[in-house]
Order: sequence, then C-alpha cells, then structure tokens
Amino acid sequence: MPELLLELFSEEIPARMQAGAARDLERLTSDRLGRADLPFEHLTAYAGPRRLTLRIEGLPPAQADRVEERKGPRVGAPETAMAGFLRSTGVAREALIERDGIWFASLERAGRPTSELIAELIPEIVAAFPWPKSMTWGSGPLRWVRPLHRILSLFDGKIVSFEIGGIESGDFVEGHRFMASPEPFKVQDFAGYREGLARRFVVLEAGERKQRILERSRSICAARGLTLVEDEGLLDEVTGMVEWPVPLLGDMDPRFLELPPEVVRTSMRTHQRYFAVADGAGILTPHFVIVANIEASDGGRMIAAGASRVLTARLADAEFFWREDLAKPLESRLTTLEGVTFHAKLGTMRERVARIETLARTLAPWVDADPDRASEAARLCKTDLATAMVGEFPELQGLMGGYYAAAEGRDPEVVQAIREHYRPQGPSEPVPNAPTALAVALADKLDIVLAFFSIGEAPTGSRDPFALRRAALGVIRTLIENDIRLPLRDVIAASAFNGEGVLAFFADRLKVALRDQGARHDLVDAVFALGDDDLVRVVSRVEALTAFLATEVGANLLAAYKRAGNILDAEARKGALAQGPSHHVDSPVEEGALFDALEACRPKVAEALAREDYASALSTLAALRAPVDVFFDRVLVNSPVAVERDNRLAILAEVRAVMGLAADFSRVSG
Amino acid sequence: MKATKALSFQDIILTLHAFWSARGCVILQPYDLEVGAGTLHPATVLKALGPKPWRCAYVQPSRRPADGRHGDNPNRLRQFHQYQVILKPNPPDMQALYLASLEAIGLDLKLHDIRFVEDDWENPTVGAWGLGWEVWCDGMEISQYTYFQQVAGLDVSPVSGELTYGLERLALYVQGVDNIFDLAFNDPQTPDFMTYGQVFLESERQFSAFEQEAADTDMLIRQFKDMESSVPRLLATTDRRGDPLVLPAFDHVLKASHLFNLLDARGAIAVAERQSYIGRIRDLCRECALAWIKLETAGA
Repeated sequence: MPELLLELFSEEIPARMQAGAARDLERLTSDRLGRADLPFEHLTAYAGPRRLTLRIEGLPPAQADRVEERKGPRVGAPETAMAGFLRSTGVAREALIERDGIWFASLERAGRPTSELIAELIPEIVAAFPWPKSMTWGSGPLRWVRPLHRILSLFDGKIVSFEIGGIESGDFVEGHRFMASPEPFKVQDFAGYREGLARRFVVLEAGERKQRILERSRSICAARGLTLVEDEGLLDEVTGMVEWPVPLLGDMDPRFLELPPEVVRTSMRTHQRYFAVADGAGILTPHFVIVANIEASDGGRMIAAGASRVLTARLADAEFFWREDLAKPLESRLTTLEGVTFHAKLGTMRERVARIETLARTLAPWVDADPDRASEAARLCKTDLATAMVGEFPELQGLMGGYYAAAEGRDPEVVQAIREHYRPQGPSEPVPNAPTALAVALADKLDIVLAFFSIGEAPTGSRDPFALRRAALGVIRTLIENDIRLPLRDVIAASAFNGEGVLAFFADRLKVALRDQGARHDLVDAVFALGDDDLVRVVSRVEALTAFLATEVGANLLAAYKRAGNILDAEARKGALAQGPSHHVDSPVEEGALFDALEACRPKVAEALAREDYASALSTLAALRAPVDVFFDRVLVNSPVAVERDNRLAILAEVRAVMGLAADFSRVSG
Repeated sequence: MKATKALSFQDIILTLHAFWSARGCVILQPYDLEVGAGTLHPATVLKALGPKPWRCAYVQPSRRPADGRHGDNPNRLRQFHQYQVILKPNPPDMQALYLASLEAIGLDLKLHDIRFVEDDWENPTVGAWGLGWEVWCDGMEISQYTYFQQVAGLDVSPVSGELTYGLERLALYVQGVDNIFDLAFNDPQTPDFMTYGQVFLESERQFSAFEQEAADTDMLIRQFKDMESSVPRLLATTDRRGDPLVLPAFDHVLKASHLFNLLDARGAIAVAERQSYIGRIRDLCRECALAWIKLETAGA
C-alpha cells in the first residue's frame, strides 16, 4: 500500500513544543483523513529542532467509490420542480426512487485520488496548527512557530503538489545546518529520507537522539571514573535542541564547589543546559557535560573550553549573589518584604509573615515544637525571597533561606524548618516531620487557605488559581502522616481570619484524598457527620468502620439500623415520638432483652470511643445484633396499646442513638 | 587560541559595518541619549512601525544602571555595546546572513557549536515583543535574534528582523579572553595599543557609584515627572508643516525610561510601584507610536 511522507522544514522550533507538535500533527491528520474517508494503517509524526515529519503507511490510492442519495420533490410536485431536480442531479426520471411519497436520486460518486485530497488537507492542517505561540514573518500572512522554509510532500514516491504561503511542496530535504553540504537532497520514500538524513548528520527520531545522549554522556563520565547526574527534564529539552547530539565532558573551576550544590546544578541546568557530574558517592565534581550539536574537527576541545568559560561567568555571578546575600542578615530582609505585595486584597508579604508567625506559635504545642523556635523559623521563612539568589533562581526558595540561616549559626531545627516549609509541593514529595518544620509548614499552608477564603477566592470547579487545594492536601498529608492530633476548628478560630468555609473545605479535601486511596465516600461522610475536626481521628474511624461493615455482623446491624430508622421516620411524620424507653416488667421478653442490651452497650461504646478504640466500639455494637434481630422478629412495634407502642419506638430510637455514637449510619449506603 | 589573528573590539565593529553595509543597510551612529538597549533607538522602535521597508545597522552603548559592579566583575558591565541590525521586512535568508556575519568576524562554524535557543524577547516599557532565539556559541549567548510581532502594543507588518550582537561577549569569544577589561580594543600590534579596561574601566567605576549610590533620587523623580508631562505637550505641538513633534516627544520617553532605570538601581522604586512606572512609560511610548504611524502612512 502506498505511503505518504511530509516534512515541514523551518527555523529552530522551541524544544519544549516539539513533542506536543508531533502529537498535534498526528491528531489533526488522522481526524482529517477520517473525515475524508481515507483509511490508513500507521501514522507517525517526528519532531526535531528544524523539522516536523509525518509518515503515513497503508493509505489507499483513492477514496472508495460511494453512492450518495439526494432528496428531491414530493410525488406530484409541480413539473418545474421535477425538471430542476433532474437537471441538477443529471439522473433520468426512470432512475428515481420513490419512498414515503418523496423522490430520491441515487448518485454514484467516484472516490477522489488520495494525492488530490492530501494536497487540500495539508494546507488546512498548517493553517489550523495549534502552536502555543506562533508568528508571522516577512510580508506574508502565513503563521508558523518560526519561519517555514521548505515542504517535502510525497505520496507513493510522487510529489503531492500544493503551495503554502509562497512555498511550493517538493521532494527535496536539507541535512544538518553546519555538518552537511548546504545542497538539499532528493527523497523518494521514508526509508531513503531517514537514511539520507542520517548520512547528513540528522537523527530523525527524538527517542534515538535521547538514547544517544544518555549512553554517550554516561560513557564519557565513566571513562574518567565519574557519574552523570541524570535529569529527565533536562534530557528532554536537550534532545529537542540538537539534530546530531555530541556529548562532551568539560571542566570547571573547583572553587565553585564551595557553593551549595543545588546552586551549581540549577545554574548549569537553567542557564546552560549542562548536566552535572558527580563522583561515585553522588558528590558534585568540577566537571559537566554539554551536549553539542556538531562533531567539531578538533574533537570538541574548543567547544568544551568555551562552555567552561561561560559556566565560570555564570557561577561567578552565583558566587557574587551568595556573598552579597550572606553579607545581609536574614532578619533585615523583613523590611524589604514590607514593599512586596502578596496580594492586592491581602497586604504585603511582611504582613503574611506576621500571620504565619502567630499561627506557627499557636500550632507549636500540637506538634511538640518549641514555640520560640517555631516563631523564629516562621519569621524568617520568606526572607530569602528578598535575596539575590532566589531572585535569580526562584526554584531555590526555602532551600537558600535554609543555607543563609545556617550561615548565621541559627538552630538546626530553625534551618530545617525554613528549608522544608514549602513541603509537600506535590503528591510525591515527602512531608516534613521535625517539630519546628511541621509548625511552619502547616502555618504557611493554613494561612494561604484562610487568607484566600477570607476574600472570597475559594476554588470553584476547575478554577483554583492560588492552588488552595494543593495547600489543603499538603496540610492533610502532613497531619496524617505524622499522626498529629490537631483540633482544626480551634486553630481556625484562633487565626486572623473569620475562617468561614475553611473547615468544610478541609473535610471535602480529606474526602477526596481518602477516596483516592480507595475509601468509600459514604463512610467518610458517616464519620464526618459527627463533626469531628481531628483529621487523624477521622481517618482511623473511617478505617474501623470500613472493616466493621465488611463483617457479616456489621452488614446485618446496618440493615437493622436502617429498618429502625425507616420506622422511626415514618412514625415521626405522624407526631412527636416519646422519649426514654424503659424495661417494663410486663413487656415481652424480647423487648426487655433489647433494652438491657442497649443499657449495657451504651457505656461500653462510649468508653471505647473515649479511648479512641474505634474497632472495639464497633465490635461492642455487635452485641446488639442478636437482640435486635429477635426484637424485629417477635415484637409488634405498632402495638394498639399506646404505651407499648411508645416504649418500643423509644427503644428503636435508642438503637439509632447508641449506634450513632460510633458513626452516622444513616449516611452509609446499602 | 585561533590560528588566524583575532579581531580587536573595534575591528569587529568595523567588520560588521562593512558586512551589513554591503547588504544594503544604512550605517547609523549610536543614538545620543542614554538608553538601556539598541532597540530603543528610534531607528528600531519607530522604524519598525508602519509599512515602509528599512535596513540599518549601528552600535548602541547601552546603560544598565542596576548591573554595575564597580569594574570588579570580569563579566559584567553597567554600560556595554550592542550591535544592532534591523531588516524590514526580514529577508527569507536572514539566518544564513547572520551566520555569514559570524564567519566574517572570524568564527569557524565547523569548530564551534552555534545554537538557536528559544527566547521570546519582550520589552514591556515600549510594549514590544517578538519571537526568536538567543544565539549560543559553545553555550555563550552572543546575540539576540528576533522577529518583531508588536511594537508599542501594535501589530507590525511587514515584520522586522532584529539582530542584536553583544559586542563584548562576542569579542571575549573571538579573542579567547576571560576578562572584559583585558579585551584588545584596537590592534595589539599598534604602538598605542589599548585594552577595553584602559578605555572604559574608569567610567565603570565612577558610574557604578553614581548610579547605585550617588544619584539624587528626589531630582530623578522630579525629572521623570517633567519628561512625562512633556510628551503629551509635544505631541500636541506642531512643526511648520503642521505635523506633531513626534521625534522630540519620543526623546522624552527615552529620557523618562532611563530615569526610571536610575531610580530602580537606586532602590527608590518599591516593588508595588514598578509596574505602574513601566505602564506609564509604555503608555507614553504608545502615544508616540500612534502619532508616528499616522505620519509615516500619510507620507507614504
């Protein structure tokens, strides 16, 4: 079956857009082929620094022929209408078909040649291409990610001819910008294209470029007894910046290893796209790997030397920031934060720091932190935002504050708290666990949530511009993973904000978090309905309840609870129910037995709950199962004797109340 | 580090002048006002607007008061030199022309790793942005290459291609030197050989101190206000033919922009005020741009 080969050759495409562009090209093409009734077997797009390529295998030479039905006039319509219809369709009157009183013409449509359709499709795809950012150039109206220069378009070895923005499609391709001869070469099919590019120093497939970078980088490091510090994001980016990857090992001045290793690595990565190089123990060494796009005639010596000089300049800047920052005490940076707006409605960063400090002090006893230390760490936790280093590398916030605090000789717990207080930033990042760090990390996130709720910026639907859900989840994970028993309601009440809706927001986020871990939504509701604000306790209650309901006794008791609830609800509609059951001497044995069981059960459940032994509280309830079952079997609740009826209903109400101590079973489904 | 003799700082400029002159560019002199970048020269920011073709090249001393290091940092200057080329409309072979200009100043493209790395350029104070790249040579950014899309907040058509060579960085590279102040300014063989430091170090020291410590901020604020109020007045004033005084008004925008940079370097602008200052300059610039387009289109 014939093959289509398309290459859109342009000036350098940003690395970060390439993978998305390949996907978009695949999607747009397969959509349009589908609409054009052109089936295919395989469709693959390739993206690199200067080209977007598409290969489609197994396309038919033409669309299939098809029959189209056209609706005509009603039977008995005026002759002029009929004549017009026959003229426009070119069908003889005898060939018309009548259905439900309407004439139809059946038209044979010959399938159009694939290449003709392709010639229409490609310009449409180029015009509709969803680049994250596109541009115009010269005088033309065409938009592309960067100026487009050449289009290769072959179907079954022949040129599919069309024109886009003054560029005629053809069968020529260019190789590497510097290593290949500038003369374009002629291509007939994909195999020849790929092989011709490889001979002209272009590796078509990103996966192959990536593999080559990784293997050669590892091996040049290994040859010197070193280890490449691997970085997936950087690897992807570099892969999009080279057509012919040539990793080279460079050296840097060892004096820069006195800088924090994160600074060295960040500077290498963000400014230079170099990989860091470590020794066997993972300690940085004065080397780096640069991935060049050329095999230089001197083996890359000049490139490595140049790269080293640039890195020296970059690291000298970092060193300058480091020294300047160290010269100014963190405490003095609070003044700068007075001039930094946190949010127009929420005041300055300095004001936010003051709130975090108060909250951290409030939280300290609950996380076993020293209040003064928590307060000190909180006061300093944002000061690094005013340092030159964080100005240059925002991703080092927190970390730099920790380094500067350590340099000032501050308590290691304070240092750690400053460094870790942004944690956890994502679902996979570990939560802090040292007392001072816990106080500050929790205060930081609680303040964010409380502050934005107070100005009506609660998240709605998919809108969560201030990442409050992430902050709430961070609090939840931190509390649960550290088993911190925090009365959230009291903490919220003690904050500077009114806190309206905040506890419910946390409950909601906990529900989502527990559901993500497989907990039943209704069971979480059943526990939350009790109004507990201690998230750790809520979680263990949900766990106990889940286990209990999985037992036969639990399921049975739930059914009994529901039955009691239904009766009570129905009776309540008729009028107020009597309260306080009692054990009458003349009551049926079964009624008395249930009453006694309830009497015995209530204090035991309450006592187990007080010990926070939820499993035991629930298993105590199991003692109710037999008497409840027998009660429903043998006792007529709706007795004609009013006193009897009242007492029996009161007993059922007590069943609901005693069970309700452990969970709100009415919210459990089933 | 090179077999052939490396070009001096001034020879790089002269070579680029000859190169771009031979390709139809008007060779201009630097604009005689304090500016932060070559883009602010009216030959770029105003000429990029409107329909008329335009090709020019010039050196622009660029003042960045906040970058001053008192001559202590071998890689940073408070005033450096940009070589600026504007090709309007950009020719289709502009990348090839640019690479040929690098070869002209002695870069062997088979020996170095030249890369076009995404960098979307923008200058918020003049409301300009474009798409293009930083051009890297062995990891060092030696040029900024931009296809203008908007100037003063207005779409441009035809598109101007802008090349900005960082002359000091380029010279460091070409000469294989590590310290800007050690660059050969003229030919090292001449009896009156001068290094970059001999020409500029004193000025770096004095102006770093002036810009970061000694500039009178109250005066700067007063002057900023004066410049700001002058722009609308000049745009409302006409010359003998009855056209508004756009170019003088634009000069006042440039002065306001530099005053802002000075205030910023003095730390006299609170973070919250920064955006407002930038917005005010951008608005003034836009007024000038609109008046300029009107003039250009009417004259066409």
